[in-house]
Amino acid sequence: MNNQELVQGNEACARGALYAGCRFFAGYPITPSSEIMEYLAREMPKVGGVCVQLEDEIASISAVIGASWGGVKAMTATSGPGFSLMQENIGYAAITETPCVIVDCQRWGPSTGQPTKAAQGDVMQARWGTHGDHPVIVLTASWVREVFEMTVLAFNLAEIYRVPVILLLDEVLAHLRENVTLPVAGELQVVERVEKTNGSMPSFGAGARLMVTGMAHDETGFPVQGEKAAQLLKRIVGKIEEHKERLVRYQGFYLDDADFLIVSYGITSRAVEAAVERLRAGGVPIGWLDLKILWPFPDKPIREIASHVKDILVPELNLGQLVREVERAAAGHAPVSHLGRVDGSLITPEEICRYVREKIARVCL
Amino acid sequence: MSTRQIRLSGAGGQGLVLAGIILAEAAMRAGYNVAVAQSYGPEARLGASRAEVIISTEKIAYPQVDKPDVLLCLSQEAFDKYLVGLGEEALVLVDSSQVLISTNHRKPKIIALPLQRAAMEQVGSKLVTNVVALGALNALAGIVSWEHLATAVAARTPSKYRDQNLKALDVGRALASGASLA
Amino acid sequence: MTRDYRQYLRVEKLPHVWCPGCGHGIITHAIANALAELQLDPDTIAVLGGIGCSGRASFLFQTDAMHTTHGRAVAFATGLKLARPDLHVIVVMGDGDALGIGGNHFIHACRRNIDLTAVIYNNAIYGQTGGQLAPTTPTEKRSTTSPYGNVEHPFDIARLAMAAGATYVARTTSFDFPEIVRFVKRGIAHKGFSVIEVLTQCPTYYGRLNDLRDPSQMLYELKSQTVPLDEYHQMTPEERAGKIPIGEFLCEERAEFVESYYRLCQLGRSG
Repeated sequence: MNNQELVQGNEACARGALYAGCRFFAGYPITPSSEIMEYLAREMPKVGGVCVQLEDEIASISAVIGASWGGVKAMTATSGPGFSLMQENIGYAAITETPCVIVDCQRWGPSTGQPTKAAQGDVMQARWGTHGDHPVIVLTASWVREVFEMTVLAFNLAEIYRVPVILLLDEVLAHLRENVTLPVAGELQVVERVEKTNGSMPSFGAGARLMVTGMAHDETGFPVQGEKAAQLLKRIVGKIEEHKERLVRYQGFYLDDADFLIVSYGITSRAVEAAVERLRAGGVPIGWLDLKILWPFPDKPIREIASHVKDILVPELNLGQLVREVERAAAGHAPVSHLGRVDGSLITPEEICRYVREKIARVCL
Repeated sequence: MSTRQIRLSGAGGQGLVLAGIILAEAAMRAGYNVAVAQSYGPEARLGASRAEVIISTEKIAYPQVDKPDVLLCLSQEAFDKYLVGLGEEALVLVDSSQVLISTNHRKPKIIALPLQRAAMEQVGSKLVTNVVALGALNALAGIVSWEHLATAVAARTPSKYRDQNLKALDVGRALASGASLA
Repeated sequence: MTRDYRQYLRVEKLPHVWCPGCGHGIITHAIANALAELQLDPDTIAVLGGIGCSGRASFLFQTDAMHTTHGRAVAFATGLKLARPDLHVIVVMGDGDALGIGGNHFIHACRRNIDLTAVIYNNAIYGQTGGQLAPTTPTEKRSTTSPYGNVEHPFDIARLAMAAGATYVARTTSFDFPEIVRFVKRGIAHKGFSVIEVLTQCPTYYGRLNDLRDPSQMLYELKSQTVPLDEYHQMTPEERAGKIPIGEFLCEERAEFVESYYRLCQLGRSG
């Protein structure tokens, strides 16, 4: 229990960003993400970095992209409404291949909704929120320490693939405090930005006379049309699609002898973990796939597991989002059902146990 | 395995989240796993607010309290709302200076103490009611050692108010020592 | 000795995409002249543009350049300048870009007094999208979305910038090339948020829709409508009707945002 600290999810995110070398944060206050900016407003000046509150979320993501081209690792954090405002420029970051990190502490509902209640309703927005085909990587986390680790990973992947990386948290995890031992310097890999070398990017002020544009462009940065535009789009989307096998990240539990499978992610995985332990203790042949990276989506492992289980359950704090992807990946090998909750409370282990037991009773009749 | 589920409820501005943090930090210092979840409304002040603390020797998977075995109520709204769904042997501490207990409530063990009045009269500030409550709660429920709790109070309160808060802890403890069932 | 302005332009990208008679080329040329006269190292300059006809100017500078999204150039520039205080950051924007969709970013940049040089190409219309109403279109003038004449009031960009806190504010027209050069030079040299508004002609839309098709006629119109600031101050309210004051409205010293931020960092680190 050495070096244990009581740390909040949002604080772990801010500290993970600093650990990853983030030296620019721009944001706009919004519940339940504001503690990230509050923490960085205190700590950034001490390391000579920038933390600035701007006039809105559009300005925040714009400034983050501008700073990234200045050669600085940059991040913003928000919640659903602000995330919606950022979408146009997330697309700009994708087409200009600008590394940056966007944290979305999800809250309930469209519009103002229930600002202090948790949800997982931005899964599809994270993937498809900006217009046009585009590459994106979406991470999630379930534990306070994992928030730290995933924030570091988000920066690493942003640098490696030169894409905007989205970290989906939620109100409960953002505000949850747990005893953790956070990584010390050197414990986690940090991908540095190396200017003008393969796989990295030059920055402004380095003599490269860069041209950066959101228009379809060639490798010199100047506008193109037709086949060359198609090439650009296929290449930037391909950066993620072609490395999908390397990027997907999940953990499987009790899969070898499972007749029933639960696929979950984020805060809901904690209820699933408690439920799976109880069900297994009761002799229920349940297996669990805990997703850490939502996009790119792990089609292959889900298809493989689907071919030898009787039923798949996807619990989510929404009315059915990632379940569609699971269903697509399962490709008819096993029926996929959804356990959604949208009253602002978490899905409980009891709900999952009850649902699974009833389901098994029906399936085994 | 040993797990305690503690719900601290009341209104926004009463320092319930801070009380939860202090309790959890004390338990963490004693070597337990802890989780503090908070729930509050859109208002900064006076809306319903609660902090939930889980203290366990095991890994805490599900981070929210489902069946509290310790409940603190610092407002009428919280008392009326949270008295249901308690664990079998739950202990309920109610601030009698802020909550009216109707005679219908017989089932759980309810202890009523004038927490806010004690904070004002004996410490000189309504603002330390949360720490008075912590002292009383710990005396009644035996959650953590007094040494760990005092260390956590000192660590999580501004130095300017440290002595006042440590005194509040003692006041709560003493108040509970003479306590009887409501 | 001044440098050759062509050093600051991607001459190989010429001719530009603007319509014959458009004033945007004049302004862009003037900015390049200002950079040459200041003898700035091109590698210390960043030019950011938004979306619209003016945004295309960002493709013409032989410096680091960013063609951003509609209305957001100032916000992108805010991030870049904070990350790289060593760079001269110049923002080229249209009137719809800066004052319509980007109005919020513009006033907050003024308020912060961040050391950026904003050159606003004000042709009083949305040119790239086909001649729609702008927040700067004069009352009663026609656009494709105000076919019976504009019933709204236009922004006075210089007054807006001053009220919002910009510390260098100047206005001129595309008729007066040397004055654009002079004001842009002054704006770049000034520490703080500098706004140089250049009234310019759009013969293709504004002119065609408002019976002013000939670009030279439009240039003379701009000249006759505008009055130097000191003269304007001597005029009676009746004489001022329909006249636009031009010149240097404001040049004052006030704490600059980026400098203030890094001073705070120094204090934080030493304290």
